[in-house]
Amino acid sequence: MELDAYFTEVSTTKISELLTSYPLASDYLANIRLGKINHELTLPEALLDVDEDILEEFGLTRDSVVLHFCAFLSAFSKNTELNGEISSITILGGRNKSGKPEQVEITVVPGEIVSIVGPTGSGKSRLLEDIECLAQRDTPTGRQILLNGAAPTDERRFATGGKLVAQLSQNMNFVMDLTVREFLEMHAKSRMTTDPAETADRCFACANTLAGEKFTPETKVTQLSGGQSRALMIADTALMSASPIILIDEIENAGIDRREAIKLLANHEKIILMSTHDPLLALRADKRIVIKNGGIAKILVTTETERQSLDHIQQMDEILQNLRNHLRKGDTITMEMIPKMEDNHVGTL
Amino acid sequence: MKLITVAGPPSSGKTSVILKTIAQLKVPNDKVGVVKFDSLTSFDHLRYDEQGIANQTGFAGKICPDHFFVSNIEDAVQWGKRKGLSILITESAGLCNRCSPHINGILSVCVIDNLSGVNTPRKIGPMLKYADIIVVTKGDIVSQAEREVFAFNIKEVNANAQILFINGITGQGAFLLAKYWQDTLDIDTLKDRKLRFTMPAAICSYCTGETMIGDTYQMGMLKRMEFEE
Repeated sequence: MELDAYFTEVSTTKISELLTSYPLASDYLANIRLGKINHELTLPEALLDVDEDILEEFGLTRDSVVLHFCAFLSAFSKNTELNGEISSITILGGRNKSGKPEQVEITVVPGEIVSIVGPTGSGKSRLLEDIECLAQRDTPTGRQILLNGAAPTDERRFATGGKLVAQLSQNMNFVMDLTVREFLEMHAKSRMTTDPAETADRCFACANTLAGEKFTPETKVTQLSGGQSRALMIADTALMSASPIILIDEIENAGIDRREAIKLLANHEKIILMSTHDPLLALRADKRIVIKNGGIAKILVTTETERQSLDHIQQMDEILQNLRNHLRKGDTITMEMIPKMEDNHVGTL
Repeated sequence: MKLITVAGPPSSGKTSVILKTIAQLKVPNDKVGVVKFDSLTSFDHLRYDEQGIANQTGFAGKICPDHFFVSNIEDAVQWGKRKGLSILITESAGLCNRCSPHINGILSVCVIDNLSGVNTPRKIGPMLKYADIIVVTKGDIVSQAEREVFAFNIKEVNANAQILFINGITGQGAFLLAKYWQDTLDIDTLKDRKLRFTMPAAICSYCTGETMIGDTYQMGMLKRMEFEE
């Protein structure tokens, strides 16, 4: 809808009706201290009762409020969704820190998982940054990123700013003073979901299936344990994030069901790039990008042998998980809890 | 010479964002300068000196920082030109959440941080509302969801601004800001240009040094608060 059309609608519709069709409009009015104007009038009519000095404090006049409000409605009605719009991203190699060409090309599609391995400081975050800003051979690495097989326009590059990649890392915390339910509903509202309460419930249930220890929707997000926070962040990213690409940075010690977490994200048609050295996660990925000296040294496809080894690794992981649970419950660890290791293999469980 | 105004609350990361963005510019450091407008003290000049970036600091002292800014900005531009700079950045702190150094036709950046509370964008006012680009810092330590809600709250206040997330420590995200800076138009002078928003009114007796409290001491332009019973 064009601005003109909004202008006509705003000029002829009662504020109470506008608030029903555009719930966000109440935030707009509250932000310029007009929350209490007469809702039974149209905006231009109601503004006649408003002291112009108050409007002036916000740099507005009776006329410009109406135009500004129309621009607000228009900005929030534009479809800026990226989810479902990206069918692939392609990384075209640039050069490493020594200037040596990378000579790689890798295309990743939604639902696919790619792990990124390499020593600390080898250039993993540089790779992420190239993806985030849709590098066009103009960043220090000289890499080029294609969306759906083509170079994005400059307009597109700027428009996606900050929305293309969602990040999950060990260092992230919740800082809002809200309960889990309030938090999820607030996020759902900002995504303009039709039923924020229902979306929040779904997300909450999902987070609890990932968390080692369950929590209630009335818990403050700042009081969640590390594992519970991570579970909530992952469920929220999968179900509510606007970003089609997710970068996960080292979530191995988070105390959550890592396998389920990755499956959840992949099932929601996200492109997943995961920096990890946890074999259970790295080998579950379809491909592995190996980073060395600031460049992509090679791209490995997970082999059949590696996939088969997952069962063994899984068993080892369960042994450790089991021991952790015993410790948590206050038990004493006994040799019986640890299966015999024979010939460096996991023995009969 | 290109001019960029950068404003933001204290400790939001303005200096770090500026330094990381300068590092991404395709312009040598000796062609970039910064003029810092502050109130009482500032230690940022040390950080600019370290990088070999020409810089000047002005202290508003007892003068309203906004008024101080606007009465010195043209001189700042002329200083930049005498130094032969290609890009001049002004940095100012929005101490009353109202300060808005943004000028029509000049690229305006507002820096705020994710830790400052989810409703902060709604409280900041003209400094955020009239900016072309809003940089959000400290996003690496809060959850993705909070970043998204924060960005949404910004958009509710300034629907047309470009929102960029920049990590002031690693510089991640600064690349795009540098691209905007390079694409902005060159200017010769600010004479006859207009501020995007009025400066705070300040002509009461306290502006002129009054320190006593009470009706009898208050003169000039006053605004009375109404207390509900």
